[in-house]
Amino acid sequence: MHYSRSDTVEAEVVPATAKILIAGGFGVGKTTLVGTISEIRPLYTEEMLSDRGIGVDDITGVDRKTTTTVAMDFGRITLRADLTLYLFGTPGQDRFWFMWDELAYGAVGAVVLADTRRLADCFAAVDYFEHRATPFLVAVNCFDGAPSYEPEDVRIALDLDPDTPVVMCDARQRESVKKVLIALFRHAVAKAIAAPAQRA
Amino acid sequence: MSAPKDRWLDRDAGPVVRPYAVTKGRTVPASGPFVGLIDVVMAVGDRMAPADARLGREHRRILRHCRRPITAVDLASDVDLPVGVVRVLLSDLSQYGMLRVVASSPEPAKSERLLRDVLDALQSL
Repeated sequence: MHYSRSDTVEAEVVPATAKILIAGGFGVGKTTLVGTISEIRPLYTEEMLSDRGIGVDDITGVDRKTTTTVAMDFGRITLRADLTLYLFGTPGQDRFWFMWDELAYGAVGAVVLADTRRLADCFAAVDYFEHRATPFLVAVNCFDGAPSYEPEDVRIALDLDPDTPVVMCDARQRESVKKVLIALFRHAVAKAIAAPAQRA
Repeated sequence: MSAPKDRWLDRDAGPVVRPYAVTKGRTVPASGPFVGLIDVVMAVGDRMAPADARLGREHRRILRHCRRPITAVDLASDVDLPVGVVRVLLSDLSQYGMLRVVASSPEPAKSERLLRDVLDALQSL
């Protein structure tokens, strides 16, 4: 899409935007993590969100009530006047799988939040991002009383690629969450640099 | 047993009108652009609606909310409508020439510049 500059209301700054996903099992602390680092905003969404590409007018979804309104939150970090980062928590329940593709479309990276007591809960997310080649890392949310493991143990348990970072974090601590995001973007930059070389 | 009379009138009660009623049943844009969640939209100043435009109340409300650049997802949050509905209405407005849509980076994961900008900014938070 192309628009000439004179079409704009005035010389407003159009911010660059980027989004990342926060994934992981139900109750692992995704909402906590997003709330720790960003401004939380409410959003209504609905099942039809996933139907991109079906280019027809269709009212059957309305009268047969196949749409379900789902309330979710997203996080916004205004990094600079011209740069905003959005954080979307992926729905943790299986019945909301349909929303993942929509959320993942155009995402620059993902944090898979893990609880060592229920590591299996993040298998699905790890598979998903590996399959889509979305840069991601695993952040182990260190709950009080949870058994502590070395990052290498977690890597083996989740069968992660050697270059996928595993970091420990406390989703309630701002500095800790900041470190997670920095680690994710370092990883994403490294992937972006490596990608053209792989094609050559 | 004395529940407040208005107990079902808060936002937890859900929408009173079925979400896609305001789009006349359309769940995806008929022909306009697909507006991504973090695409930035802004009203085109003082542009009159074309004669064949069918602007509803929600179209006008959305236009008022995007006098300044705003992402589709922030707009949906502001106007309290499901994001899918907002995107259909934004697409209409774009087709009428009343709205400018600036798509976010098409392949952001390959945009080293964008990623570095975010990284630098996060480090100085």
